[in-house]
Amino acid sequence: MPSKKKPFDKRETMRTAAEIRKGVIRALEAAGSGHIGGSMSLAEILAVLYTDILNVDPKDPKKRDRDYVVLSKGHCGPALYATLAYKGYFDPSELLTLNQGGTNLPSHCDRLKTTGIDISTGSLGQGLSLATGVALGKKLQGIPGKVFAIVGDGELQEGQNWEAFLFIAHQKVTNLVTVVDNNRRQLDGYTADICDEADLGEKLSAFGFEVRRVDGHDVTALYEAFATAGEGSKPTVVICDTEKGHGCCISEIGGFNHYMPVSQEDAKRAIEDIDRRLEASL
Amino acid sequence: MSEFLLDTFEVDPKEMRQAYCDALIKEANVNDKLMVIDVDVSHSVGTGKFYEAFPDRAINCGIMEAHAIGMCAGMSETGLIPFFHAFGVFATRRIFDQIFISCAYQDLNVKIIGADPGVTAQTNGGTHMPFEDLGLMRLIPNATIVEPADSTMYDYIVHAMAEQYGVFYLRTSRRKTVKLYKPGTEFKVGKAMKLFDGKDVCIIACGIMVYEAIRAREILKAEGIDAAVIDMHTIKPLDGEAVLEAARKCGAVVTAENHNKVGGLGSAVCEFLAEKHPVPVERVGVDESFGEVGTQAYLQKRFGLTGEEIARKAKIAIQRKGA
Repeated sequence: MPSKKKPFDKRETMRTAAEIRKGVIRALEAAGSGHIGGSMSLAEILAVLYTDILNVDPKDPKKRDRDYVVLSKGHCGPALYATLAYKGYFDPSELLTLNQGGTNLPSHCDRLKTTGIDISTGSLGQGLSLATGVALGKKLQGIPGKVFAIVGDGELQEGQNWEAFLFIAHQKVTNLVTVVDNNRRQLDGYTADICDEADLGEKLSAFGFEVRRVDGHDVTALYEAFATAGEGSKPTVVICDTEKGHGCCISEIGGFNHYMPVSQEDAKRAIEDIDRRLEASL
Repeated sequence: MSEFLLDTFEVDPKEMRQAYCDALIKEANVNDKLMVIDVDVSHSVGTGKFYEAFPDRAINCGIMEAHAIGMCAGMSETGLIPFFHAFGVFATRRIFDQIFISCAYQDLNVKIIGADPGVTAQTNGGTHMPFEDLGLMRLIPNATIVEPADSTMYDYIVHAMAEQYGVFYLRTSRRKTVKLYKPGTEFKVGKAMKLFDGKDVCIIACGIMVYEAIRAREILKAEGIDAAVIDMHTIKPLDGEAVLEAARKCGAVVTAENHNKVGGLGSAVCEFLAEKHPVPVERVGVDESFGEVGTQAYLQKRFGLTGEEIARKAKIAIQRKGA
């Protein structure tokens, strides 16, 4: 299913984002709790990548010339699992095994367990370097394909990212696209209060990146930013302004929403809310 | 005395790092996946000639070990075989979580070369003197750890590193070292080299301590003690068969390593023997100390990493038999 060639269909992509959110809710309901806030902020980003951008094939998940996704903010595995399940990498019923003993879907992404996961993540700050290696490995061996590394803005407090940014710019690793899920919050609160990154775009521009900044919940804007990313002379970073917990009534709250319990009743309310919002927006 | 040892032991005029780089180039000629990754110590670890031979297969990342090792892991996912070089402390301690999670945890294929083990860091001193790298690396599931005694092993070991999938740590001096083995000697990862037979005590050593073990054997011989010597170049997986045979035959063991007594070869041997065949074991290694500056000879004396200390410990181990 090389979806890349299909024309962009905003409604289909929005529907995918809603399905991703619902998949996350079902998984967290089954597990009883989980990383809801950062998963919700990612829904449109993953929907656009997997519906409209990536050259990937769920029937041949290891094909050599595929595009890679490295979800460096590995605790948001549930959002990626919901995406992969919806796209046919595995049966959606598997989502209900999240974090159960022996599951293929652990809290943090694990390439040895989950079909469609290319790189294991969870120790924050390491994914961008891994993604750089994959992109460079492809480039050096003439293997087609881009690499999309998704990092959280909170995660960018880890210094290793800045080593990676220096390297990527210096070595012109242009087949690597850095995607920042800029939801402005980290576990303990707002990044601006804990350790402000100030103007991230300006910083990365100074590092030598082509910086694109978009509304991370606007699928059209995301599509336009991603479609030509990774093709210029400078490496691209797409800063996606998002909201932690976005698009779902139980997580779209001002207080702590990094990790939340999700009851059956919460899940029912959340899924009805996601469906209602989708219908209203189509 | 085994047939693969030289008749006399002298300092090899060729530096270890030169021999290592020659072996790398030789392997890269037959394996087009091999990559060299440096972090601004290419001159020190001796990979410079590789850049001339294969300019497209060597990357100097700059001073960024954490990023560089993660990048190596990612590269290996595409089929390349990266050899990452740094001083031992920065190749292990500084980036332990990156080795653990980015490389080992996700079963990627990264080769790590840690230069200047223990006192061979000499005048770089305490900040650069790894006495803990073997312990750290031994804690990583499925990692392989090798510390050669001289440069004879390089051709074999570089080839083995490229062929064998997984995280591989080569702990190796970059300087001139006493040459022990005849050219062309065959080695095998995980298979100890039995250098001398003996019946009273067995000395199990690695790296620079193998030569000291041979010296200790001479000291003990003059006192009528017959010591066996084993070069345990592979610290993990440990050659349990060789350790068991030595313990059964000699009934006492001394380990010798250029490393903290905790976590390295001595620990590995003790852990193994405690379960399989308890006999008195004495460990020669660094006791609860940080490194410091000095010549290698000074530091070996300072930390008790000498043939004399091995001989002293051997006699204690023998006394403890049957106690």
